[in-house]
Amino acid sequence: MAADIRLLDQAFDPGAALAAFADAHQRAGGVTSFLGQVRGGDDVEALDLQHYAPLTLPGMEALGEEVLARWPLDGVLIWHRVGEMLPGDSIVLVAAAARHRRDAFEAADYAMDHLKSQSWFWKREKRAGQWHWIEPRVQDHADLARWNDPPEA
Amino acid sequence: MSVRLVFLGRLADVAGVSAKEVAPGPLTDLLRGLPAGLLSPRVKLALNGMLVQAEGLVLDSGDELAFLPPVSGG
Repeated sequence: MAADIRLLDQAFDPGAALAAFADAHQRAGGVTSFLGQVRGGDDVEALDLQHYAPLTLPGMEALGEEVLARWPLDGVLIWHRVGEMLPGDSIVLVAAAARHRRDAFEAADYAMDHLKSQSWFWKREKRAGQWHWIEPRVQDHADLARWNDPPEA
Repeated sequence: MSVRLVFLGRLADVAGVSAKEVAPGPLTDLLRGLPAGLLSPRVKLALNGMLVQAEGLVLDSGDELAFLPPVSGG
């Protein structure tokens, strides 16, 4: 299976996921990965990620196919949590396996930029007992623009 | 049968609920009974899982219309 795309409502073990992914792609000369986790130490007590079932997983699957079409990869993994998380909890794991490292780095970078600002997730943070919705940052859109995607339909 | 409206992210706070059943009809009529601010240029709409434009939209029985504010994943 070239694309391993999952929407998870329970905590996952990124180390085990990455080890299994690398094991499944032994022909690949390089495996890159990015792990996003709930930032600690800045008063955030919890993070809550919402999704919309008819769009979110289909969108992630389309992103996986885009990545596979754009770079010569042996495989791509995109796992994303939804629900309530605590500081230090894993939110997202992206990994790419390729013959050569540059393709693997770029593919994982591309997937993360698109998850941040073009996938169907809504994030809120709890600070001092109050939930606050998080708007996308200008930097997220600047990151996305680096890839010169075709304009949205 | 009715139309199901789904409000994602901060729009659930604006609407006061995360989902609501309403009578079928033009979107403009449906919005009359709801708080202002649900529709804006930055809010996208999905009808039965497909993105649609607000202009001229008419909802039928059994439809689900989702209001999607700007996303923030990762």
